[in-house]
Amino acid sequence: MGNRCAVIGVGQTHYTTKRRDVSIAGLVREAAARALEDAGLAWKDIDAVVIGKAPDLFEGVMMPEAYLADALGAAGKPMMRVHTAGSVGGSTALVGASLVQGGVHDRVLVVAFEKQSESNATWALSTHLPFSASLVVGAGGYFAPHIREYMRRSGAPEHIGTLVAVKDRLNALKNPYAHLRIPGISRQMVESTPMLWEPIRYLETCPSSDGACAMVLSSEKAVTGTPAWVLGTAMRSEPIFRAGRDTVNPQGGKDCAADVYRQAGITDPRREIDVAEVYVPFSWYEPMWLENLGFAAEGEGWKLTESGATALDGDIPWNASGGVLSSNPIGASGLIRFAEAALQVRGMAGEHQVDGARRALGHAYGGGAQFFAMWMVGSDKP
Amino acid sequence: MPSDATAAGTTAAGAAAVPEGEARSLVAGHVLEFPGGYTRTTGPVIGRFLTELRDGRIVGVRTAGGRTLVPPLEYDPDTGEAVTGEFAEVGPAGTVESWSWVSEPRPAHPLERPFAWALIRLDGADTALVHAVDAGDARAMRQGLRVRPRWKAARTGHITDIESFVPEVTRIVSPVRTEYRVRPGKALARFLDGVARGVFIGCRCGSCGKVYVPYRLSCPECGVAITEEVEVPDTGTITTFAINNLPDPRAPEVPFVSAYILLDGSDIPMIALVGGVPAHEVRQGMRVRAVWVPEEERTASMSNIKWFAPTGEPDAEL
Ligand SMILES: [Zn+2]
Repeated sequence: MGNRCAVIGVGQTHYTTKRRDVSIAGLVREAAARALEDAGLAWKDIDAVVIGKAPDLFEGVMMPEAYLADALGAAGKPMMRVHTAGSVGGSTALVGASLVQGGVHDRVLVVAFEKQSESNATWALSTHLPFSASLVVGAGGYFAPHIREYMRRSGAPEHIGTLVAVKDRLNALKNPYAHLRIPGISRQMVESTPMLWEPIRYLETCPSSDGACAMVLSSEKAVTGTPAWVLGTAMRSEPIFRAGRDTVNPQGGKDCAADVYRQAGITDPRREIDVAEVYVPFSWYEPMWLENLGFAAEGEGWKLTESGATALDGDIPWNASGGVLSSNPIGASGLIRFAEAALQVRGMAGEHQVDGARRALGHAYGGGAQFFAMWMVGSDKP
Repeated sequence: MPSDATAAGTTAAGAAAVPEGEARSLVAGHVLEFPGGYTRTTGPVIGRFLTELRDGRIVGVRTAGGRTLVPPLEYDPDTGEAVTGEFAEVGPAGTVESWSWVSEPRPAHPLERPFAWALIRLDGADTALVHAVDAGDARAMRQGLRVRPRWKAARTGHITDIESFVPEVTRIVSPVRTEYRVRPGKALARFLDGVARGVFIGCRCGSCGKVYVPYRLSCPECGVAITEEVEVPDTGTITTFAINNLPDPRAPEVPFVSAYILLDGSDIPMIALVGGVPAHEVRQGMRVRAVWVPEEERTASMSNIKWFAPTGEPDAEL
């Protein structure tokens, strides 16, 4: 795993439907400046910048990293852009961490963003080439069949998705940065919303958000303030078109989790991990990823959700921040998971802090559930 | 009070001898307008304000307490004292403090299209000015909106020298358009040759034995070149599906079913439209067959397949 690496600063913007008051540059700078402030550092203290975002068509800015160099104080420094679809926020953190773990740099600023209000993600994800049939379905339409298949295989009762939709929005009420803050959120409220891509209801899906998230990653000797130590990092991918690919429980996700647990010395994630921030853009992905990430046996994830184990007061809280279901600036969504995991083990998560969290998982997935990025962070130096 | 005057005038006009009761239903138009308009002296304070307006500037007056009143008043409303006589240029930009939308403007209104009446506090002023905001749409209005005056070209020294206020520029439209010439490539072209004739062409990997449809040149699992071509039937099984309820101009009419269809003899499902059956009667395991468009309408495109429709066979085990 190389040299030790720690998160020493976290910065987020408030996530919202439309940030009309800032440019893209202003948005990323806001998050970056807050991360620097958290670390007690200035722009000059940063050695390199790694930036991530989802497809360029979302904002129509090609190679945004070139345009954003000034806003991120990158003049005269190495700057690179990462792109792994929806998992990009996680991958961005991992590329940044690798620069520290490899001994190349002492302090790396990682930033990810999306300003969804500049266009329409469904349009950007459905640019139909000639010769194919036009079946515009967007991300929800793409993942809905996988969810239906999960429900069939596991026999999970229909209300499980509703439980996650309510739980994550209750958590969001404790997170000042969360986009969707729905007072009085209830099962009845979720169940009264229409089916967008059956079996996914409106309130079982993530919002479209503008926002950015940033972290300062540091080598051991350059640590300032309260560190969250990186205990393990892993990325995996798999071909989207492969005969026999299990889209419900993808092999890439299982392999990625096994790798990151091995590095962090985790053998029983349910018992040994205190809190997890997992990329759940549609509520049913909580039980699906509970199984994929080894928190429950195959077909049993929904029982964990139903028992309340993943609630903020459960034994393994998932998405204490409100998760992707409450804030979804796509390119940043993965980085937010990683950053929230770090905030938890630093004891700096505020009202949604899980008491005594010492080990946390950050997770992101992207594309057709084919790209995975994960890290484990802890309060104790590895 | 113009309305009282109008009422009185109408009563007088209707006072002719008519049967009792009928007078109540009489209606007549009436205009009360002083010919040429009233002439009004402005006094030094309002006069200065209007003179500056004619020159394209907005000024306020300072009170003894240090506040800047815009539009200026001759006497400090807080203390009753005279204002200082010191004028200060304010704005021209300001912030909307409150507003009301006028969806049907009247003839006397400053704009013929819907607009907002707003209380605008100009930068440097301590009080707000009422004026029109030409925002286009009520959704563009909000407290805190930054606005600037749009001046009339010919000014006379009147509050209407500012035709209206307009929002500051906070957004631009950035058209992005790239034109491509797309060729299907060797593998897709081969597949489309088949689709043009109404058959699905796939291939079998010589290493793992899996059959891929559409036809491709290498195996994503094994990484080896594929050489064996196979034709698969146009029947298959729905493994899973979504019912799409979100309308999109480029998509079929909602609700439509997008399904994973595993063609018989293929090892990988294709995503396709299901039709010929109500959306809520589609099932996992349902047997379906491609419905091809009439031969004379076919092209080398997937639009040759109208959709997949149930065959009526018993469901397959999944
Ligand atoms: Zn093969």
